[in-house]
Amino acid sequence: MNTPSQTATTTAPSNQEAGLASIPAIPAEESALIARLRSGDEAAFVKLVGQHHKTLLRVARTYVSDHAVAEEVVQETWLGVLRGLESFEGRCSLKTWIFQILINRARTRGQREARTVTFSELAGPELEDANPAVDPSRFAGPNSEYPDHWATAPQQWDMTPEQLLLSGECRTHIEDAIAVLPPAQRQVITLRDIQGWNSEEVCNALGISESNCRVLLHRARSRVRQAMENYLGAN
Amino acid sequence: MATQAQELSCKELVKLLTEYLEGTLPPADTLRFDEHLAICEGCRIYLEQMRTTIRTLGRLREEFIPLQAKEDLLRVFRTWKA
Repeated sequence: MNTPSQTATTTAPSNQEAGLASIPAIPAEESALIARLRSGDEAAFVKLVGQHHKTLLRVARTYVSDHAVAEEVVQETWLGVLRGLESFEGRCSLKTWIFQILINRARTRGQREARTVTFSELAGPELEDANPAVDPSRFAGPNSEYPDHWATAPQQWDMTPEQLLLSGECRTHIEDAIAVLPPAQRQVITLRDIQGWNSEEVCNALGISESNCRVLLHRARSRVRQAMENYLGAN
Repeated sequence: MATQAQELSCKELVKLLTEYLEGTLPPADTLRFDEHLAICEGCRIYLEQMRTTIRTLGRLREEFIPLQAKEDLLRVFRTWKA
């Protein structure tokens, strides 16, 4: 039963009470959130879950074969978060920590399914992928007047993201383009662009170098841009 | 890197785009990049399309929990704090 009034009246303890005073590295906002969670503040927990649940599912889905298993992995992750919250020391940000728990669990499940093993195995073939991010036929050949310049120049879209997403069809197109990306690219674009993390946070959570991260991001963005161009060209 | 800046082709610019947007392109390359942009409408449009793509991706973020999952998690949370 929902009885939020119970918690709404409870004021969050200070950082000191929550034992966080010795960790100056945690930003004030985050240590306040951790204190609220530790004190059992349901609203804070629901907000935290809301912020990350969808993304956790997206990332889990890159390790396991079906949606139901991904859901389970995410549930297990939240259990792991609650179990670890008391001893969380803030060596990384809360969200990085949450995603590290997720990735560990998803990896274990993936291994059990004998599907994916490690990120480097996951990302390896993608990093060595010789296919160019952009279709080479877009550019003029070596014997043309302007080699390697646009053969078919891109056309202005004249639409804002808001206008684009008003069409459910466009949204579906983008989602489909993301869904068929190789797993490591999907993880990087999900955290960096959909979730808006900075590249350091992405690299920490996924355990990859910044340069590998950029290679994967470049491929993923290029493909999603292409999908949007295809959609807009056809409409 | 050649010391004498060589003009960038559109194909090269497209390859460097993420480095440029992420701010990790070395200064000399950034200069060549900007010089090319100044004279190439196709590349300006391409860059703009990529920015729109990134901003659109940012709008896919949903703060949404399926009701069942939310109830399950709240139950776990209440047990945990008890």
